[in-house]
Amino acid sequence: MNRRDFNKAAAAVGAATALAPFGIAQAQAKKLKVGVLLPLSGFMSFIGQSCKKGSDLAPPVIKQMLGVDIELMYADFETNVDTARTRAERLIQEGANVLVGPFDSGAAVAIAQVAEQRGVPFVINIAAAPQITEQGYKFVFRNFQTAIDIVRNGLDLIGDLFQATNTVPRTAVYMHVNDTFGQAMTKGINAMLPRATRLPFKVVDTIPYDPAAKDLTVEVSKAKASNADLLLIVCRLNDAILVRREMVKQRWNPMGIISPGSPGMYEEQYFKALGKLSEYSISNVPWYNPNSKLTKIVEKEFLKQNPKDKLVFHGLNAGFTFEAILIAADAFKRAGSTDPKTLADAIRQTNITEKMTLGGPIKFNAKGQVEGIGSACVQNLHLLPTVVLPAAAATAKPVFPSPEYKKA
Amino acid sequence: MSRAAALLLVLLALLAAFPAFASSYLLSVVTLILFFAYAGQAWNVMMGFAGQLSLGHSLYVGVGAYAAAILFTRYGIGPWAGVWVSIGVCALLGAAIGFLAFRFGISGVYFALLTIAFAEFTRIGFDHLAITGGPGGLFLKVSQRDSWDLLNLRGPPEMFYYVILALAAGAFLLCRALLGSRAGYYWRAIRENEEAAQALGINTFRWKLLAVMLSAAMTSVAGVFNAFYYNNLFPEQIFHISRSIEIILGPVIGGVGTLFGPVIGAALLTSLADAITEALAALGWEVPGVKQVFYGFVLFAVVMFLPNGIWPAIARRLGVSR
Amino acid sequence: MSWDLVANVAIAGILTGLVYGLMALGLSVIFGVVRVVNFAHGEMMTAAMYAAVVLFSAFGLDPFLATVPVAAAFFVLGYALQAGVINPFITRPEHSQFMLLVAVATILVNALLLGFGPDARNVQVDYQLESFAVGRLLIDKARVFAALLAVVASAGLFAFFRFTLAGKAIRACADNYLGALVVGLNVKHLYALTFGLGAACVAIAGCMMVLLVDVTPVLGPSYTLLAFVIVIVGGLGSMSGALLGGVLIGLSEAMAGLLIQPSAKSMFSFGLLILVLLFRPQGLLGRKSP
Repeated sequence: MNRRDFNKAAAAVGAATALAPFGIAQAQAKKLKVGVLLPLSGFMSFIGQSCKKGSDLAPPVIKQMLGVDIELMYADFETNVDTARTRAERLIQEGANVLVGPFDSGAAVAIAQVAEQRGVPFVINIAAAPQITEQGYKFVFRNFQTAIDIVRNGLDLIGDLFQATNTVPRTAVYMHVNDTFGQAMTKGINAMLPRATRLPFKVVDTIPYDPAAKDLTVEVSKAKASNADLLLIVCRLNDAILVRREMVKQRWNPMGIISPGSPGMYEEQYFKALGKLSEYSISNVPWYNPNSKLTKIVEKEFLKQNPKDKLVFHGLNAGFTFEAILIAADAFKRAGSTDPKTLADAIRQTNITEKMTLGGPIKFNAKGQVEGIGSACVQNLHLLPTVVLPAAAATAKPVFPSPEYKKA
Repeated sequence: MSRAAALLLVLLALLAAFPAFASSYLLSVVTLILFFAYAGQAWNVMMGFAGQLSLGHSLYVGVGAYAAAILFTRYGIGPWAGVWVSIGVCALLGAAIGFLAFRFGISGVYFALLTIAFAEFTRIGFDHLAITGGPGGLFLKVSQRDSWDLLNLRGPPEMFYYVILALAAGAFLLCRALLGSRAGYYWRAIRENEEAAQALGINTFRWKLLAVMLSAAMTSVAGVFNAFYYNNLFPEQIFHISRSIEIILGPVIGGVGTLFGPVIGAALLTSLADAITEALAALGWEVPGVKQVFYGFVLFAVVMFLPNGIWPAIARRLGVSR
Repeated sequence: MSWDLVANVAIAGILTGLVYGLMALGLSVIFGVVRVVNFAHGEMMTAAMYAAVVLFSAFGLDPFLATVPVAAAFFVLGYALQAGVINPFITRPEHSQFMLLVAVATILVNALLLGFGPDARNVQVDYQLESFAVGRLLIDKARVFAALLAVVASAGLFAFFRFTLAGKAIRACADNYLGALVVGLNVKHLYALTFGLGAACVAIAGCMMVLLVDVTPVLGPSYTLLAFVIVIVGGLGSMSGALLGGVLIGLSEAMAGLLIQPSAKSMFSFGLLILVLLFRPQGLLGRKSP
């Protein structure tokens, strides 16, 4: 090294030392590392990838809103519970300060145990099994409705729908997938429906079906034979498409198809596969408020990253995934530290009023559950999922009964 | 002592000391490896000893898990008592399947399909059983995770690691003892040539049935472990055919009918899966599905070029017997 | 329960069963002759479904017309797969065969996931949602056409095995491997031919299935299981058995769904499989094999 180099080096060291107290020259900037666990492959991959759109847009939006830097660390748990557990461990080992995910209740339980064991906060984006927040965990937080809440809100919205359109069906037939989610929803419906005075219709038949079934002829035939006015359905995407097609083939047009709270009918594939047959299907689900300030910011970033897509098709998945990261970032900002325990304490004090999804502020109760998350009545109109209720968030009026309904 | 025994002791010592220096992540991975090593060893009893291909072993994992879990959640009966119920129920189940199969002369592919049918039948059945929580699943209350409560199997991951290590080691020793015993000779005779064995006066029916029952019973313990480690059970997951396939991957890749096969196979496959994930991440090729394609190709290559499994090839190099 | 509900369901069950039968036919032919357990059967059908989707979206080719190129392509692929990869495995133990085909299936499924993504794909032809009105019955048009093609394809295969020299040679291999070798038949080629034919059957079934069901990469395993159930019930190595088994399973699942609980209808099929395996393992129309 000659004298010139030495001088340069000395100058550099000198500058660094001078700037050090201000933390500007520090290579280790204050950044929150968020481990995102999603089913990116395996049979839930299309949902995982939908959620990912919500997480991808989080860093720029949060930087704009909160001025906070986030680094996302993705892990694909391949729709497999064993993998969820090991991936969660791996993320923590690689320095994740907080975990977010996973959409699936089974994986959520596995990850929750890891998070609790390691004292790393875990913010659940979407998972409806009520038991997750009943285990007494201190590090697990959920910003999503439990199946019970989903049903209650869903049924309430059906009552609102009847009122808004002045139409009350006399009978209904209830179809549901016979899996974890469907069963939880059915339990809730069986408990709450008899006591719902604004829903005086009689459920004349209940038809459970296998979510993996590729042929729903029998199920729809049975439903049609019940002669019910209304089809109440708890479904997933592929079976929703099958049911709708089968209804056309069997020429059955009830007053409407209403889901008290399940995925499927508002998803992009439903529209793509069915075209105008998708019109008028109704899903009462947790949703984002199209009129909120934050939604508009998120939507702008979404379109920038996905120019050929529409936020509305990923409303639920992307919205709640984004909010989970928002919660983590907000806690980070308040805590000023990436230490997991401090973060967890900060999350417990969360009170976010400026949010994207419907309902009250994001506040966790003692069990780590947010109460008061709202649902919307989302109807398929003009090939787009459209919020028709509650009126404050609506962008169109509900259509019920369906124009194709023929009196028996 | 023989070379093999010496190597084994070293391995055991390493494994026992593992939690002291391994990260939590590695611990969870090795726990998984040991789980599949144990389950694979249990499966190997049916296949390697009695020559019966079972593709529905998830049945025993599931039934064992649910039996112990229900006893724990509903009646407060701890896993050490519950495991005996699981073993009993699964042994009976295995006996029933074995009896039906052998009585009617079903073997080979037909037997394999029979086992798949039973597993699927049970999966859908449990999806409709209210007592087990149906498709909503059965959840065990997770109470504490800090101290070791061996009696109720509640505790930190390290505790579970040692439990499964003990199980895997125990299974290994048991199989070794069995293979060297008279029963082991009978089984090997039946596996090589059933008719000749019968001609020698061996009651093949009885011995095959015993192998099936033993395999089922051992597998049920894996189910009990599963229930208490994961704390929740869903019929869709635990009885699924993909689980059955996962169980047999280890022994088939490692070497069917050998003692070390299941262990080596489980270790290699799990490490491989992780290694591929890491490599793809480093290369920036993290597209969903790429990992499984690579995994499939490796599987393919091993089955193609090492038809007897990996262990026999290694064993020759190491100069140890199988 | 009105009779037209029962009739509607029964007819739909039979029609769908015929398409399942065609898929199972491919498996029956492969297993009956080559004695290899093709655990990648459902995945092959899924790939065929995707092929039909691609041809439809690229060229607007109706799936019925697409059966010709897709079947031809799959014939070649099946031939290559058997001759190149599977042949050494015929004499190997079943668990090796199983593992090999599981590996093939894994690669296939995930390649499809990589290529097409996880979203469901479908074709949209006009007659897909129409139905024939016969009295009080509503019969799904697409299902009728698919079933007809399934019958035609099966008849074609049947004729091939009955009347052509190659067909007879293949049957000879199946009946007596050693004898076939002795008389100088090129067994390796014939096996590959058989696998190719089986694959072509699956391809046709796939093109038909895509009219009824949306395709995702993960459909395979349940179809593989279904094919096995049908083949065992109908009788291994019996072609009419495969069709009959398909119809039987289609009908019984439909009826079970109607009378018991729809979500448990698969349980019925597996129960039937267990009973058949125990009490009549050669199936309904199969011959008792050694």
